[in-house]
Amino acid sequence: MADGHYHSIRFDASACHGCMACMRVCPTQAIRVRRGVAAMIEDRCIDCGECIKACPKSAVVPLTASPDGLGRFDCTIAVPSPALYTQFDGEVTPGVILQALKASGFDAVATLSWAGEAVTRALELFLADYGGPVPLISSFCPSVVRLVQIKYPELVGQLLPILSPREVAAREAKRAAAEQTGLPADRIHAVYVTPCPAKMVSIVDHPGMETSYIDAAVGISDLFPLLAPVIREVQAGGADAPEPETSAGLGWAFSVNLPSTLSEERTLSVWGLSNVVRTLDDIDKGRLQRYTFVECHACAEGCVSGPLTVENPYVARARALRLQRTLPARDVTDPGDMRSRYARGEFGTTVPFSVRPPQPLGRDIVSAIARMKERDRVAGRLAGIDCGACGAPTCLSFAEDVVRGAADEADCVFVRQQQLLDRIAQLSERAEGRA
Amino acid sequence: MTESAFVHAYEVAGADFVNAGRASTAIKETLKHMGLAPALIRRVAIAAYEAEMNAVMYATRATMTLRVTPAAVTIDVRDEGPGIPDLALAMQEGYSTATAEMREMGFGAGMGLPNIRRNTDALDIASQVGRGTTVMMTVRVS
Repeated sequence: MADGHYHSIRFDASACHGCMACMRVCPTQAIRVRRGVAAMIEDRCIDCGECIKACPKSAVVPLTASPDGLGRFDCTIAVPSPALYTQFDGEVTPGVILQALKASGFDAVATLSWAGEAVTRALELFLADYGGPVPLISSFCPSVVRLVQIKYPELVGQLLPILSPREVAAREAKRAAAEQTGLPADRIHAVYVTPCPAKMVSIVDHPGMETSYIDAAVGISDLFPLLAPVIREVQAGGADAPEPETSAGLGWAFSVNLPSTLSEERTLSVWGLSNVVRTLDDIDKGRLQRYTFVECHACAEGCVSGPLTVENPYVARARALRLQRTLPARDVTDPGDMRSRYARGEFGTTVPFSVRPPQPLGRDIVSAIARMKERDRVAGRLAGIDCGACGAPTCLSFAEDVVRGAADEADCVFVRQQQLLDRIAQLSERAEGRA
Repeated sequence: MTESAFVHAYEVAGADFVNAGRASTAIKETLKHMGLAPALIRRVAIAAYEAEMNAVMYATRATMTLRVTPAAVTIDVRDEGPGIPDLALAMQEGYSTATAEMREMGFGAGMGLPNIRRNTDALDIASQVGRGTTVMMTVRVS
């Protein structure tokens, strides 16, 4: 997968009406509407899922697993994103949701209580010795990582080389299940309950590991209708289960749980892709060097507002904040154990983050210069109002498509109109000549 | 040689802090689309941004002209503004004439011109007090 372009979303041409809603919201200009159908430019897509949210025809399909096919393995462990806990009304606790997951067919469930805290400790230990370029950029959101790899290749060295809590939680849960059941590792399956398709990218093609500890992902929106009735049954059963999730684990639903050693003055927290882009642009220009760490989330309210969530993101966030106050805040990691695990490399990424710049305009600088000049010449003939009728998001991107041979200049309604007017003038001149 | 050069001019308005930095972002985007090396683009981006901010902070208006040839990326920033009375002094690290407001926004550490010099292979500055300043920066491609 290293050289390919795995994507967690697919455009369904039969459902697409060519309305261009997706093209207009795409933050990396990776969508074109040609002959009435939307299509992806694979080397520019960062899998953020903005197109899923924007599409009125459900023609952008996430490639997460169907909840039906999850029972194929001897032991299937659910690893829910803490965003799942914010999708039900206030009476439904994480404990009830975890019980309902088990009652729905999962053999085991894994919370982020230990992993979430462990990753915060690992971050603390990493920062204590770190002397490289700053600010470091959080790598827990797969869309942010892809954005850096594609659009900011000079910043890949500043991506945090620490595993995400979901990976650590899946690994620990699989180890525990192997011990308990005696099953071989390949019969134990970890399924992430995900608020976004982007997590599929880190499962199929993890940028910092040879292989992800997670085997599949099922969307919260797909699981929600199946889980809701089971939750009601569990609640009716009145079982008063102990609360397995902690506030440290829950906090990852909308932010990075930062170590207390990292002072607030040295940290920036950025939500929403347009803000992430602005921040990465600033880092690129050499600003923000007074900050040690920048946490970046593609979604506007963090994972609770992912494209595969069902609840109003602000309601979800309010619930997350309330849960964070009410869940137990116990320390579940041991400092000595953490230091030795960290020294063994249990929390570090194992593969350096690679760069994935899109296809340049030319094969070498001479041809790139020639084509860039041609792009400016084409753009000069366009209206410059970014109407989008040609199927490209801006006049400049259209001009670039023309130069690359992916579009015809006459696809622009203004150019076509002018060509028509010129032709009419030519014809009438000829008619006058005959008269 | 004009045939093998890509040239594009960007307008910069003095005291327009809302749009400040857009020209250097556009320059950076253009170089990325052309497939130049990330390390080179970063040097250009830092130098262009510092020069653009100088124009925004001190000048009435400026034109930034990007020129890419197979050998080098050059950017000329020609501004209409107060000019620099003592160039040698302005090139010193830590020297700044920034106002309190500029410092409030995180500028005025006296690192602008030294930072440009550090990130470029050639830097020429011509200034006329009361007329304006032209900063000419070159980063070699290989």
